[in-house]
Amino acid sequence: MAENVEIIKGASLWRDAWRRLLRNKLAVFGMIVLAIMIVSVIIGPAIIFWTTGYTYDLIPTDKALVKALPPSLQHLMGTDDAGRDILARVLQGGRISLMVGVISTTVSLIIGVSYGATAGYLGGRIDNLMMRIVDILYSIPYILIVIVLLSVFGGPSTPAWIQWLSATLGGAGNQGLSQIFLLFFALGMVSWLTMARVVRGQILSLKNQEFIMAAKATGVSTFGIIFRHLVPNTLGPVIVYATLTVPSVMLTEAFLSYLGLGVQAPFASWGSLASDGVKNIAIFPWQLLFPGLTMALTLFSLNFLGDGLRDALDPQTRKF
Amino acid sequence: MLSFIIRRLLIIIPMSLLVVTLTWGLIRLAPGNFYSGEKKLPPGVEATIRKKYGLDLPWYQQYGMMMSNIVRGDFGDSLKYQGQSVNEIIRRHLPFSATIGILGYLLALVIGLTAGIVAALKQNSAFDYGSMSLAMLGLSVPNFVLGPILVLVFGFWLYWFPPARWGGISALVLPVCTLAAIYAAYIARLTRAGMFEVMRSDYIRTARAKGLDEKTVLLRHAIRGGLIPVISFTGPALAALLAGTVVVEKVFAIPGLGNIFIQSVLNRDEPLTLGIVAFLSILIMIFNLIVDISYGFLDPRIRYE
Repeated sequence: MAENVEIIKGASLWRDAWRRLLRNKLAVFGMIVLAIMIVSVIIGPAIIFWTTGYTYDLIPTDKALVKALPPSLQHLMGTDDAGRDILARVLQGGRISLMVGVISTTVSLIIGVSYGATAGYLGGRIDNLMMRIVDILYSIPYILIVIVLLSVFGGPSTPAWIQWLSATLGGAGNQGLSQIFLLFFALGMVSWLTMARVVRGQILSLKNQEFIMAAKATGVSTFGIIFRHLVPNTLGPVIVYATLTVPSVMLTEAFLSYLGLGVQAPFASWGSLASDGVKNIAIFPWQLLFPGLTMALTLFSLNFLGDGLRDALDPQTRKF
Repeated sequence: MLSFIIRRLLIIIPMSLLVVTLTWGLIRLAPGNFYSGEKKLPPGVEATIRKKYGLDLPWYQQYGMMMSNIVRGDFGDSLKYQGQSVNEIIRRHLPFSATIGILGYLLALVIGLTAGIVAALKQNSAFDYGSMSLAMLGLSVPNFVLGPILVLVFGFWLYWFPPARWGGISALVLPVCTLAAIYAAYIARLTRAGMFEVMRSDYIRTARAKGLDEKTVLLRHAIRGGLIPVISFTGPALAALLAGTVVVEKVFAIPGLGNIFIQSVLNRDEPLTLGIVAFLSILIMIFNLIVDISYGFLDPRIRYE
C-alpha cells in the first residue's frame, strides 16, 4: 500500500524565495555580473601579472612611458598619468571597493541589528531613549564622524586587530592598507542607523507573538530571546536592506575618495580611480570611462539584486 | 495639533544643543589642533595661543563658556578666517547652497513624481521599464562623475551652458541637474511603489464604486496616499543634500556652505563647524516636523495628540 507514496517536499520560505528570485530576469542578470566581477577581481590581478607583468602600482622604469597612454593591446584600458596599467588598477581597486561593500555592511549589520533588536524588545523608556539617540546621530553629518574616526584611530594608533585583519586579508602588513581597513570600519560605524530602525520595527511586531511568550515561560534569558529567537525572524528584511546598503557604502567611499579622504595612492578603489579620471576627463577620457563603467555596472547589478531579493523575500513591503 | 507643533518646536532646542555637544566632543576627541601644522610652534607661542582662545582652562569651563555663548546665538569668530564671525560666514555662503539645493530638490520632485506616477499607471509598459532603468542608472552613477560628464557634453562640446560660473539662470542648469539626478531617481521609485499600493487599496475601490471618473480618482484620492513614502523620504533627503551639494559645489566652483563645512572640519575650525552643524540640525528637525504635519493633510487617518 505504501509503495507509491511520494514524499512531498513542503516549499520552505527560502526555497520559495529562491524560485521567485530566479524568475526575476534583472536580478539574475545582477547575480551573474556580480559573480563575474568577484571572480575577476580575485584572480584578475594574478593573470595580468603573469601575462604582461603589470601590477597596480608598477610605474614603468622607462621615463618615456610615464604618461597617460590611450587603450591599446598592451594596455587594454590605457594607462594613468604615472604610466600605470589601468586594467590592473581597476581589478585591484575592485578588491578594495567590494571589500568596502562587504566589510562596512557587515559592521553596520552587527551594530544596527543588535541595537535595533535591543531597543525594540526592551521597549518603553529604554526604546524611546535609544531611538532618540539614533535621531540625534542622524543630524550629525556622517562625514564629520568619519573624519574624526579616521584621525583618532589613524596612523600609529590604529587598533591592533585592524592591522591584523588588513595583514591577513590584504597580504603585506602595510601601513597604507591598514588605513583603508580603518576606513571600512568607519563607514560601517556611520551606516547602521537605518538598519537599526528597520530591525526595531520588525521586532516590535514580533515580540508579542506566542513563540516569544513560550520562550519567556521556559526561562530563556533576555539575551537569548533577542538573539536566538527574535533576530533570526527578522532575517528577510535584514538581508534585503543589507543588499541595498552595499551599493550605498560603495558610493560613500567614492565620495570620500573624491574629497581626498578615502583610499590613497598607490592603492586604488573604483571611487578613487573615477575621481582621478574626472580631473582628466577632457583629455584622457579612458581614465574615467573604464573605472566609472565598472563601478556603475556593479552598483547597477547590486541594486537589481537587492530589488529582486526584496520582491522574493517579502512581497508586501514597500519598494524604494 | 497646535500643542503637538509647539511641543515639537520646543524640543528642537535641547536636541540641537545635544547635537552641538556631541559634535564638540567628537572634535575634541581627534588629536591635533587648529594651530598645529607642519611646523611645530615654539612653546611660548603655543602657550599664548592657548591662553587667547581659552584652551588652557579645564574642559568643563571651556564647554560652559562655549555653550552659554551658543545659547545666546553667538558662535564666535572663525579660527581660520580671521575676524569673521561664524554667523556672517553662514549668512554669506548659505544662499548659494540653498539656491541649488532647493531648485535641485524641486526639479527632482517634478521629474520623479511624473515618472513614478506614469510608470505606476502603465505598469510593465515600455515607459515603465525605461524610466525605472533610468532611475536605477541615476542611483548607480556617482554625482562627481555625472557633473563633469554634463560639463563636457553641454559646456565644452555643445556650448549650451557655461561649465562653471555663478550668475544667471543658464549657469544654474548644470549644477541643479547634477544634484537632482539621484533624488529624482529615488523619488520616481518611491512614487511608483507607493502608487501601486494605493491603487490596490479599499478606498480607491470605494471611490471607483461610487462612480467617480478615473481622473478624479487619480488626482484627488490616489496621489495623496501615493505621496506618503516620498514625503517620508524628504526629511533624510534634505539632510543628505548637504553631502550632495559638496560635490556639486566642488565640480562647478560654487562658493556654497557645503565646502565651507568640509574645510572647517579639515582645518579644525571648531566654532565654524559647530555653527554649521547647529544650523543644519535645527533645519533638519524643522523639516522633519513639517513632514510629520503634512502626513495629517495627506492621510486623514493619521492624527497627532
